[in-house]
Amino acid sequence: MSYGIRTAVLGVVGLGVAFLTIPMIMGFQRPFIETVQHGPRGVAMGLVYNKADEAKTAPANQVPGYLPALPPVGPKASVVYKNVQVLGDLSVGQFTRLMASITQWVAPAQGCNYCHNPANMAEDSKYTKIVARRMIQMTQNINQNWSTHVAATGVVCWTCHRGNNIPVNYWYDTPATPGTDTHMGFAAMTPGKNHPTTVSRAGISSLPSDPFTPYLENAEPIRVQSTEALPAGDRSSIKQTDWTYALMMHMSNALGVNCTYCHNSRAFGDWAQSPPQRVTAWYGIRMVREMNVGYMDPLAPVFPDYRKGPQGDVAKVNCVTCHQGVYKPLYGVSMAKDFQELRTVSSSAHPYTP
Amino acid sequence: MSEYLNILTRVQVRGHYEPGIPLPRGNWTRSKNQPWFEYWMGKIGDAQVGPIYLGGLGIASAVCFMIAFEIIGLNMWASVHWDFVQFVRQLPWLALEPPAPAYGLHFPPLAEGGWWLVAGFFLTCSILLWWARIYRRAVQLGLGTHTAWAFLAPIWLYLVLGFFRPLLMGSWSEAVPFGIFPHLDWTASFSIRYGNLFYNPFHMLSIVFLYGSAVIFAMHGATILAVSRFGGEREVEQSVDRGTAAERAGLIWRWTMGFNATFESFHRWGIWFAVLCPITGGIGILLTGTVVDNWYLWGVKHHIAASYPALWGNVVDPATLPGAASLGVVK
Repeated sequence: MSYGIRTAVLGVVGLGVAFLTIPMIMGFQRPFIETVQHGPRGVAMGLVYNKADEAKTAPANQVPGYLPALPPVGPKASVVYKNVQVLGDLSVGQFTRLMASITQWVAPAQGCNYCHNPANMAEDSKYTKIVARRMIQMTQNINQNWSTHVAATGVVCWTCHRGNNIPVNYWYDTPATPGTDTHMGFAAMTPGKNHPTTVSRAGISSLPSDPFTPYLENAEPIRVQSTEALPAGDRSSIKQTDWTYALMMHMSNALGVNCTYCHNSRAFGDWAQSPPQRVTAWYGIRMVREMNVGYMDPLAPVFPDYRKGPQGDVAKVNCVTCHQGVYKPLYGVSMAKDFQELRTVSSSAHPYTP
Repeated sequence: MSEYLNILTRVQVRGHYEPGIPLPRGNWTRSKNQPWFEYWMGKIGDAQVGPIYLGGLGIASAVCFMIAFEIIGLNMWASVHWDFVQFVRQLPWLALEPPAPAYGLHFPPLAEGGWWLVAGFFLTCSILLWWARIYRRAVQLGLGTHTAWAFLAPIWLYLVLGFFRPLLMGSWSEAVPFGIFPHLDWTASFSIRYGNLFYNPFHMLSIVFLYGSAVIFAMHGATILAVSRFGGEREVEQSVDRGTAAERAGLIWRWTMGFNATFESFHRWGIWFAVLCPITGGIGILLTGTVVDNWYLWGVKHHIAASYPALWGNVVDPATLPGAASLGVVK
């Protein structure tokens, strides 16, 4: 065989090996891994932590300094200011402190004017003010009605915003209707999967890239595992399992935990063997559904187009929006204990008329 | 001066050109190319390449394979809108997906799984034609047909995954997608859906024969290389006329394992361990979803799943509590 052919064959083989191994190596984690036992002995339920990753995640999940709480003395905000729809029962001092805190949490660069017209602070001319008011109601609702998920720790604006106008992690509807777009008779889009997804969606797997619309906005059934040993009419499919699997990968990445944080992986579906964290997560899925359908979606007429996704939908919430890589947002430190005004629903009226 | 070493060696063992036996009547004339030696192939195996023979079955098989390969590749390329760079970058993630469950066993539109059926058909034709070729080549060489029957074992597993089981389940959607990562995701989803395949006894057997094959192969290679200083690599002669190599090889296994195969029987151990891996695996897959719906619960029922202490007290499914259905539902 000629030297040229020989070189070509070796080159192709070498490229093939590189092509197959490089993506694998890129998926590897840097040592060293620490494992913490999470279940009974012998079931390999370990929580896996990578110190190098933790060192990167920790600084982004710290609690900022904030103004001390004030007593409820002095005139009420609703008496002194106009158009205070949600926080009118606060004293002027408390109200001002919360406004200053929200500025620090959500618009530290823009200041008050991000939401308010400086010439008339009371008017609702900026969309951001309407959204902010609704988000305050959402925060109150979470703290009052979703202690099943947020416990006594609660949430404040900072839990998601972390000093950004828009929380760093959110999701939009993905373009392309599955299966209908064809090219020259070939399937141009496989149904919502078989492309690399981002880490915050389903890892970097080829699983469905949008597990949010069916489970965190709609209420499609997540449970796919049969509850009977023998066939008894459960028609859940393997393809359906891919979608559930994608949602679980999202949750895993969002919380920086592996499967065994919530499941005994030998029997994923069995509640009796599951750690109690799985119950918290179950409520979290319902809570996020309510945040998206009850709070984010109805704000569509309020948001300007440049804040919307390619499908014209508003930015929506998923697990990583709050958790940001840690099992408890801000490692479980409660900021809400110092912001009692955010802990109970003071007005549930929609702050705008569609 | 290189020295022959019997585990890693710089010496390349090369015989004279071996042109092969004369072919019986009815066979196509072999390639007129003379065999040639290839140094790099000689590094790991026989340096001689050729004489090449493809024949009718081989060509038919290759054509069917190319059709399937093209269908899969073009569908993958179309899935990135014919962007070649993205095709290369995303290749491990791309797939040709079987039809959706709604289509059952019907033939769906080409773009919605029809291509998967067509590709599967041609790939199956290609594999079966190659099987026939292996069988016929063995007969023409005057050999036993062991290789063909051994090849049938993985073909059985392949047909169970893509044909027999989907037929029994009444849905092509149960079959495996063509794609590098997607077929691995399928494997994980398959196990999760059917309640953990590790509790499937045929899966257990398959693993035994898989790991067992590796052990047996290592035992064989080690034994023969170890006795090659006594001429032990001449296995066929030593099978019928046991020399000191065979006696020493047998003795070390009696001393370390208490029992030994012979130079002849060991090859039957090998073929049975190897073929039983996909045969038992295929049975396990075929029973999944058709006869057993949740292997873990099946294991509990038949007392093969150990129970462990409940560390967290009584964790209750929140969906069973009052008011669960209305949680998160916005009126």
